[in-house]
Amino acid sequence: MIGILDYGMANLRSVQKAFAHVGEDAQVLSSIEDIRRCDRLVLPGVGAFKDAVQTLRDRGFDQAIINHINSGRPFLGICLGLQMLFDVGYEDGEWAGLGVLRGECVRFEVDRTLGLKVPHMGWNQLEIRRASPILKELPAGSNVYFVHGYQVVPVDKSVIASETDYGGAFVSSIWRDNIVATQFHPEKSQKIGLQILRNFAEM
Amino acid sequence: MLTKRIIPCLDVDRGRVVKGVKFFDHVDAGDPVEQARRYQDQGADELVFYDITASSEGRGIMADVVQRVVEQCFMPLTVGGGIRTLDDATRLIQAGAEKVSINSSAVKNPDLLSQIAAKFGRCATVLGLDANRVTRDGREVWEVFVNGGRTPTGVMVMDWIKEAESRGAGEIVLNVMNADGTKEGYDLEMTAAVSDAVKIPVVASGGAGSPHDILAVLTDGHADAALAASIFHFNEYTVGSVKQFLSEHNVAVRLV
Repeated sequence: MIGILDYGMANLRSVQKAFAHVGEDAQVLSSIEDIRRCDRLVLPGVGAFKDAVQTLRDRGFDQAIINHINSGRPFLGICLGLQMLFDVGYEDGEWAGLGVLRGECVRFEVDRTLGLKVPHMGWNQLEIRRASPILKELPAGSNVYFVHGYQVVPVDKSVIASETDYGGAFVSSIWRDNIVATQFHPEKSQKIGLQILRNFAEM
Repeated sequence: MLTKRIIPCLDVDRGRVVKGVKFFDHVDAGDPVEQARRYQDQGADELVFYDITASSEGRGIMADVVQRVVEQCFMPLTVGGGIRTLDDATRLIQAGAEKVSINSSAVKNPDLLSQIAAKFGRCATVLGLDANRVTRDGREVWEVFVNGGRTPTGVMVMDWIKEAESRGAGEIVLNVMNADGTKEGYDLEMTAAVSDAVKIPVVASGGAGSPHDILAVLTDGHADAALAASIFHFNEYTVGSVKQFLSEHNVAVRLV
């Protein structure tokens, strides 16, 4: 069973319905016990880094997520669910993340440096950096939907599965062992996004 | 490269899509889910649902519409119209909307933008803005209107967009009323001025009559996205044909 973690910070319905559309039973989870029982865990997220991480900690979900990942079961982070995997985020201060991956989450500076709009909002292309289970069977130059003002900067570049260009390359998805995570929203990316969710279900 | 977005807008009254012809004579145009699917198949990048339901008891229906649409449509949905409180916004986002668009209520209570941005992030917080070119003391000004464009506010467009941005809006939908429904093209001058003045994306609205108009607002009008209603509703053009045209004119769009 695929579990989508409900911690009050996300648009869970969209994710659940997108999985349903590709024939996967995804349930919304709201307890540590639920997390322990699920085969595959999805951590979505919108909103502020600080509030999201704090909510996870307050409910004891942070350790439950880390335990899930350490057990080797598949994990998918979406948007903030990618960003929170890292050591630290710099949205409105400096906040510790889950620390599963080394690196940080920093603001896009392209508005100041290049006059580009931030948030980076809309459809942009995946430039696949290495073959990964999450991005398999996608056409070259596939467009996916992004909406974010921050980006992750991994210390270990080998976790990068794809990059995307917005005034320079940023990390649009990562893969390490049983962990996959996307800066974009597969649940909002029509056919390409549905394929990515299917890929996760088969990981 | 980030592509320019084409966004059909659907007016919804008590759970049904309606099509206005020159501001009145709304005719029933079907089920929102069917219309949304049709636009998804054509390659729409997002959808905007605008709730024009007048009665408060009809309002709850919009959340149900959103719930049904997200079962079939896997693209961003923005919902606007009648959102007055953080609870209204929460209800729609929990139903599956990606973003909520706040118009009149933001003018009356600018803190609402801050509240929604604090809870759901800047990315989910859209300022909807009805602007009009009017003459005040013998000179033309750009003024913000509310209540479906009926009520002038005395607030100037260029001041309001800066305030909304600083309060947490992550996107602006600029509807220029003088152009709206005319099909004579977007207001390129005002759109460009607004887009250049803020660092957040600007969606142009009002006046689309042809693919040329959309091309113009995405280039000379500096818009990040173009919203259109009637040219798509009446099947004059499909989203796909507009995007093909844009692509042929070197505008980066997502082709499906």
